[in-house]
Amino acid sequence: MELRKTETYSVQQMILEKKSKKKINMEKVMPKLLFLMAAISVFTTIGIILTLIFETFIFFDRVSIVKFLTEAKWLPFASTPSYGIMPLVIGTLKITVIAAVVAVPIGLATAIFLSEYASEKTRRIIKPILEVLAGIPTIVYGFFALTFVTPVLRDLFPSLDMFNALSPGIVVGIMIMPMIASLSEDALVSVPKSIREGAYALGATKLETTIKVVLPAAISGIVASIVLALSRAIGETMIVSVAGGSTPNMSMDVTSSIQTMTAYIVQVSSGDAGYGTTIYYSIYAVGMTLFVFTLIMNLLAQFISRKFREEY
Amino acid sequence: MKLINKSQVAKKMPVRLAVNTVCKGLFFLATLVGLIVLAILFYRIFTQGIGSLNGDFLQNFASRKPEEAGIKAALIGSIWLMVVVAPVSLLLGVGTAIYLEEYARKNWITTFIKVNISNLAGVPSIVFGLLGLTVFVRALALDRSILAAGLTMSLLVLPVIIVAAQEAIRAVPRDLREASFGMGATKWQTILKVVLPAAVPGILTGGILALSRAIGETAPLVVVGIPMFIAFLPQTVMDTFTVLPMQIYNWTSRPQEEFQQVAAAGIIVLLILLIFMNSIAVLIRNKFQKRY
Amino acid sequence: MNMTLMRENESPANGFENVESVPFSEKVYETSNLNLWYGENHALKNINLDMHQNEVTAIIGPSGCGKSTYIKTLNRMIELVPDVKTTGQIKYRNRNILDQSYKVEDLRTQVGMVFQKPNPFPKSIYDNVVYGPRIHGIKNKKVLDEIVEKSLKGAAIWDEVKDRLHENAYGLSGGQQQRLCIARCLAIEPDVILMDEPTSALDPISTLKIEELVQELKKDFSIIIVTHNMQQAARISDRTAFFLNGEVIEYSDTNTIFSNPNDKRTEDYITGRFG
Repeated sequence: MELRKTETYSVQQMILEKKSKKKINMEKVMPKLLFLMAAISVFTTIGIILTLIFETFIFFDRVSIVKFLTEAKWLPFASTPSYGIMPLVIGTLKITVIAAVVAVPIGLATAIFLSEYASEKTRRIIKPILEVLAGIPTIVYGFFALTFVTPVLRDLFPSLDMFNALSPGIVVGIMIMPMIASLSEDALVSVPKSIREGAYALGATKLETTIKVVLPAAISGIVASIVLALSRAIGETMIVSVAGGSTPNMSMDVTSSIQTMTAYIVQVSSGDAGYGTTIYYSIYAVGMTLFVFTLIMNLLAQFISRKFREEY
Repeated sequence: MKLINKSQVAKKMPVRLAVNTVCKGLFFLATLVGLIVLAILFYRIFTQGIGSLNGDFLQNFASRKPEEAGIKAALIGSIWLMVVVAPVSLLLGVGTAIYLEEYARKNWITTFIKVNISNLAGVPSIVFGLLGLTVFVRALALDRSILAAGLTMSLLVLPVIIVAAQEAIRAVPRDLREASFGMGATKWQTILKVVLPAAVPGILTGGILALSRAIGETAPLVVVGIPMFIAFLPQTVMDTFTVLPMQIYNWTSRPQEEFQQVAAAGIIVLLILLIFMNSIAVLIRNKFQKRY
Repeated sequence: MNMTLMRENESPANGFENVESVPFSEKVYETSNLNLWYGENHALKNINLDMHQNEVTAIIGPSGCGKSTYIKTLNRMIELVPDVKTTGQIKYRNRNILDQSYKVEDLRTQVGMVFQKPNPFPKSIYDNVVYGPRIHGIKNKKVLDEIVEKSLKGAAIWDEVKDRLHENAYGLSGGQQQRLCIARCLAIEPDVILMDEPTSALDPISTLKIEELVQELKKDFSIIIVTHNMQQAARISDRTAFFLNGEVIEYSDTNTIFSNPNDKRTEDYITGRFG
């Protein structure tokens, strides 16, 4: 065989020749370039925070921050405008609570069914369907809330207004349900089989094993998934803009029109509030409030899943 | 003396098993809720919209008269948006993922970047709209252009792409990297010639899912100030435009019943586009699954 | 009498050279006083070994003895493990490779490696073989074609794959994949080939083929092979080093190691008392 003797050229020699001709040192350039790309995500966060802070400051220059936090009326378009954020916050919380009432039980039950009871075949059918449900654009859900859920609810409760908190609340719940189901299922599935077998071996039924052994073991993942999903509900925009109305108020009634923080921003943005007006800056103050709410919830979810990470 | 009365335990057993069966049924019913809602949603939208869905609808511009309203500008606009979002978000997302997985040292900067990305993923989309309005539309004076909207959307979907690309890169076996290093390849050569090609299916799947999120988003574009009613086609990325979800939002918020049918027709077009993109993602996933 | 005893007792410290029977060729690697730590764990202790051209040097020892660590140090693949520290010298062709000014890429272009598990790239057979030449800048199609044929012939797999060079390498059997990896390694015509338990994931027939191949390859290359299979070392190597707990217990020509080991621990190991 004698590799070396038959050859008319040497690969090593060719490599040496090529090497001497090399131009740019990619090894030095690329890490720096890639680091810059990674830094863009950080700049995005900084950009968001700075934007909100600067514009919100201008707003608080015109409207007292104390009034913003304490006043009970949000009437920016009135002749004597009033900027108390509470009605918008309450509108947002109404939606979030209704969504939680819908999404938490259904999502958790779905997660338990998929991870503990369903066969592999059933899982393979249901999980993609949940993914589809999670991937439907929110404007489609908004349309669905307005043109289907609201009329159906009004047949059941004739006192329900055309715009109300109930219908978009339920639909937001349906929207975040797949998130709870899929993240909780991940948490349940990652509970080791040996722990379940321990309970089965004592004669526990599947339900007892699930509720007394598996759920407690996966609790941090489940709670984190719920917190994350509710943070989504708080930031949800189109469903509430389309079906929730634009009447900020402090009442606890879910049958009448409301306005959420997000819906207010949409209302101002789609009407042409002139650049530089107090109304224009108010959307940043509302955005800031929204950002703080969701940031706290996201950090909370991360804290829960990191701090109480199960030790199997 | 026995502490456990076996006959008592045995007597309770049928009850416990019955409870188990009942609860299993309840869990199953809850699982069905999602499926039923999805079925109703599709059925409703299909029956509402199919009447308006015809060749004219695809070829007409928006109109004040529902029977003449069309989706041409919005459909083309959505495609224009993708022309900006796809390259920008993929380049930044994959670059960031490569940095984090291959180059980043374990220090506080890296930790900070990672925490930042997971938090960014949780920021409501409408807040990205405020960022886009302030930075791209006003500060950089890009106005309400495709570019301004596209950059805003790119930042919005960036975390999704980063996470997907990180997972895809992490899944490339160490063996392959070692083989490449063993031949005298440099780190960048190894990444470019071995790691990335092996990670492409995962990156593409995540990328398409991220793009389908961008194509369905409305809120940030409303805030950026993209018009909802437009009767011309954009020529460059500096032109203004509208997209499918904006057009649907506009029709939905009209009081006339007929516009709701037009909105439903628009939703059908949007959903078909999404199903098409997702099928490609699934195809890629299935084709390249389990290669190592 | 007394003098002879002294000499025999001294011999291990002298590098065992008084019992050599295979004549020495030129040295490829000279390792002196090599120590290696993984964090706090002292994995290689004061290693002194010379390796010679056109020979097969086998490294044997129980798992965890440091043999894999050592062979990965020879092309500095060990640097991929975080927190590794070394002292001492490894000279390859008279240059210390542990010197950080020695570029690893240059070293690995000269010293190829074959791994425990076959690790072809998820590309075509052809693209696998030309990977090395291509990254080193050789683009001429005709040259690459020639390299492919020669390398695949060199790895004794040409006849099996010549009709499907553009099919994915994952379609090959495990043994074929490993020979493809050897071909990929031959494509840049290295000086030395390191083999880290190349047959541990293969069936006996594939193993036999690789062993025969190693015998052929040593005419053109210097081969250093780590194996936990003592029979394999006995069958194919010219010299054998026995590692235990990070130390070289005995290094000698293979016949001596297996027929007349100097150290009690070597004898225990090759007779199967442990490991």
